[in-house]
Amino acid sequence: MHYTRPTALQDVATHYCAGCGHGVAHRLIAEVVDELGIRERTLAVAPVGCAVLAYDYWNFDVTEAAHGRAPAVATGMRRCNPDKVVFTYQGDGDLAAIGAGEIVNAANRGELISVFFINNATYGMTGGQMAPTTMLHQRTTTSPRGRETRAEGWPMKVVEMLAQLDGTAYAVRCALDTPKNIRAARAAIKKAFEVQLAGQGLAIVELLSACPVGWGMKPVEAIKAMAGTMTAQFPLGVVKQREK
Amino acid sequence: MARRMPEEGRVFVQSESELAAISMVMGAALTGARAMTTSSSPGVSLMQEGISYLCGCELPAVIANVVRGGPGLGNIMAAQSDYFQAVKGGGHGDYRLLVLAPASVQEMYDFAYLAFDAAFAYRNPVMILSDGLIGQMMEPVAFRAPQHLRIAGVNYDASSWALTGAMGRPPRSIKSLLLGDGVLEAHNRTLQEKYQRMSAQVRYEALQTEDAEHIFVAYGICARICQGALARLRGEGLRVGLLRPITLWPFPSAWLRAHAAQLRHIMAVELSCGQMVEDVRLAVGDTTRVAFHGRCGGGVMTVDELCAEARRVFTQEH
Ligand SMILES: Cc1ncc(C[n+]2csc(CCOP(=O)(O)OP(=O)(O)O)c2C)c(N)n1
Repeated sequence: MHYTRPTALQDVATHYCAGCGHGVAHRLIAEVVDELGIRERTLAVAPVGCAVLAYDYWNFDVTEAAHGRAPAVATGMRRCNPDKVVFTYQGDGDLAAIGAGEIVNAANRGELISVFFINNATYGMTGGQMAPTTMLHQRTTTSPRGRETRAEGWPMKVVEMLAQLDGTAYAVRCALDTPKNIRAARAAIKKAFEVQLAGQGLAIVELLSACPVGWGMKPVEAIKAMAGTMTAQFPLGVVKQREK
Repeated sequence: MARRMPEEGRVFVQSESELAAISMVMGAALTGARAMTTSSSPGVSLMQEGISYLCGCELPAVIANVVRGGPGLGNIMAAQSDYFQAVKGGGHGDYRLLVLAPASVQEMYDFAYLAFDAAFAYRNPVMILSDGLIGQMMEPVAFRAPQHLRIAGVNYDASSWALTGAMGRPPRSIKSLLLGDGVLEAHNRTLQEKYQRMSAQVRYEALQTEDAEHIFVAYGICARICQGALARLRGEGLRVGLLRPITLWPFPSAWLRAHAAQLRHIMAVELSCGQMVEDVRLAVGDTTRVAFHGRCGGGVMTVDELCAEARRVFTQEH
């Protein structure tokens, strides 16, 4: 196998911590953008969160939205430019907490955008606070005794929730831990772009991703911990695939 | 708009919230489109986040606020109590909006052209600040481009800066996050220089001010009420005039400074508890007595009420 840097990825080192899934996700998206030949008509919206600097890493046009507002920004971009390919890239604090209203309504309108949703079960950038997706009993700086349903509610199952909406054409959950799962994630990312290109509706790919620093684990330990703990609360696989 | 925009092959989206609306405008503006949104006070409060981002990213956009009474849910009557928010910056960071204050339905129409001209000339959001009376009034309107108001030579072609896809060129990013040492300070300095250039757009109307000893300063619906008072007070022998700021930012401070010595009294008239009056005071300092007459919470002064107040104030010796 010939392993090279995708054209859609810039030749720079990222600022991500060891074991973090953001770099892997960036690369998978870049590979698919190249494969589909859409680099020159792709417009991306970076989130507020650890991936805010994504515009320094991808080799296509990228902007940044206010915290959580990426689906609304993408709506404006895509509606005014039906010939472009538009995607958002969002963390769980961004998409599921502060931006819950924007993603739900963009999905409900069936906006022709692809959404790549990094679920690392915490607010990575701001030092590991609880996210809506923080797992039961997981300790974070704002759930120091571990997340309990009584005070903190349940982990939010975002793709299952969005799959309920008729505007969502494709909803899938993948994990960035093993080579097999990463290959499946790449295929899902490709599908999410194809759904947009076919004009079918909103496509969302949830990518379970390790945050070793936020979880207080060593990189390898954190990635290993995903299978079982994380996938038990967030089952992998296609939740919805609408063909038209 | 919901009906007409699609007929014209343009885009109309009903957003779920004003947070989303201003973000959609930002998305459209990022690609070089002429985009606008409109709301009334509580919705415009939600838009402050996006307005700050639009300023930080130097994107053109138009926002219309038909002001209602506040604070909170307030009521749905006419007010001018969002002056501070519009003129001083309701969102975070050091930024300025060009703020236009129409005083008639014709100007509501005309200023839309001017607003887009200014937004693209300076790559900056522009706000049309109206009120619930002007916003709901019926008046004859001539639907033609107001050439006398427009900014000459505005380049609406955004291809040199917008996100259009990195075809045959390096990728672009439009952002407001500037982390490098001193980079954000330099960006702020550049913005301030732009705001300095924008101050050339100051516009106002001075009515019967040549021989005036006393003037009203009022915008929007209050300027219309002041005009009624003016005619009556002139008939009574009081030499009264009216300064009507058309741009609230930039504010016609220079005009006020230049005329301060000639004036015995200035009365700011607003549908607020006293917001624009602060800019009047800043302009003239201690050189002229500045009085204020305002109604708030949806109250509107009558011409009678204003005349009575003007007679009282304008006949006072210093
Ligand atoms: C309106 C607003 N609130 C809060 C913040 C601070 N903030 C920056 S990043 C972040 C959390 C991001 O977490 P997540 O979306 O999970 O992404 P991650 O960093 O884990 O990739 C917060 C709260 C902000 N920038 N803007």
